[in-house]
Amino acid sequence: MSNVLVVTSGKGGVGKTTSTAAIGAALAEQGEKVVVVDFDVGLRNLDLVLGAERRVVFDIVNVIQGDAKLPQALIRDKRLETLSLLPASQTRDKDALTADGVSKVIAELREQFDWVICDSPAGIERGATLAMRHADIAVVVTNPEVSSVRDSDRIVGLLDSKTERAEQGEWVEKLLLITRFDAQRVARTEMLSIEEIQEVLSIPLIGVVPESRDVLHASNIGVPVTLAKPDGAVARGYFDAARRLTGETVDLIVPEDRRPLFGKLFSRWAA
Amino acid sequence: MRLLNFFRRKGSASVARDRLQILLAHERSATGRADLLAVLREEILGAITKHVRVAPDRVNVKMSPGRTVSTLEIGIEIPTASRPARRAA
Repeated sequence: MSNVLVVTSGKGGVGKTTSTAAIGAALAEQGEKVVVVDFDVGLRNLDLVLGAERRVVFDIVNVIQGDAKLPQALIRDKRLETLSLLPASQTRDKDALTADGVSKVIAELREQFDWVICDSPAGIERGATLAMRHADIAVVVTNPEVSSVRDSDRIVGLLDSKTERAEQGEWVEKLLLITRFDAQRVARTEMLSIEEIQEVLSIPLIGVVPESRDVLHASNIGVPVTLAKPDGAVARGYFDAARRLTGETVDLIVPEDRRPLFGKLFSRWAA
Repeated sequence: MRLLNFFRRKGSASVARDRLQILLAHERSATGRADLLAVLREEILGAITKHVRVAPDRVNVKMSPGRTVSTLEIGIEIPTASRPARRAA
């Protein structure tokens, strides 16, 4: 049975695209057939994070408008055989996505893949509502910071009202993914803790990803962070989240980025 | 003095949490998503007070969300005539 999963947040810059690439790659490494779909028409970036920017020929808008068949637009990842990308259009605007068109593309993808992962644009406009429209599961990416938590709460409200499932009286499974987490700052009570964020948002936790330089490094070289630094704390957070998505019970260990002692001292003084 | 402040400094995470709780309760009711806990608390209290007098601050409603099942815990203190107030569930 296939799952449609939306990676969403409301707020921009919290790590939706990084998380889409990492979770997609982690699931593909487990042998699942995965397609990641970029819904950010006009500001696509998933192709860049996956290192596939020079291989884009057709995109989701071409498929919706009938200028290309779906298999022509799908880009197979060079490292992971079971991972594919459906890119967004860079030259059009968000109105190029139609509800009917998106619905047909998702239905076709469901037939071919175990996981259809939709990378939502920021905001609560058309692109974001179309990205969540057909979702069975939503991963709500949240930073331990007030504006991100507030926007996530707004997104939870939309998931409960504007999705196909909500309209049919069912519900979308909403899961919290905390990113850019810093356990040391939490210990100093400078940052919202996992429990505090969960208490405010009232949705179950799927994973915690620490703040780390690994993320920038991975995007610099165009490789999902789970492949770029597979033994790092960020990858660990995403691997655990992916295992939970496939139904495994994984104890929550908050992965910590091991910085050299000098780095630790320095960051403490800089904080 | 600066050193003293450094040791005294208390983190602002609790301020963030409190501000969010107040703000989101308000925003949820404005967007038609009244807080389920608040609604349950009011309705449970309403049902109980039909029969016994309960002080509103003696009702504790707690929800623990889980992946497939959430648990709702309700604690109500009902004063009894003969004995001192005792906790019932």
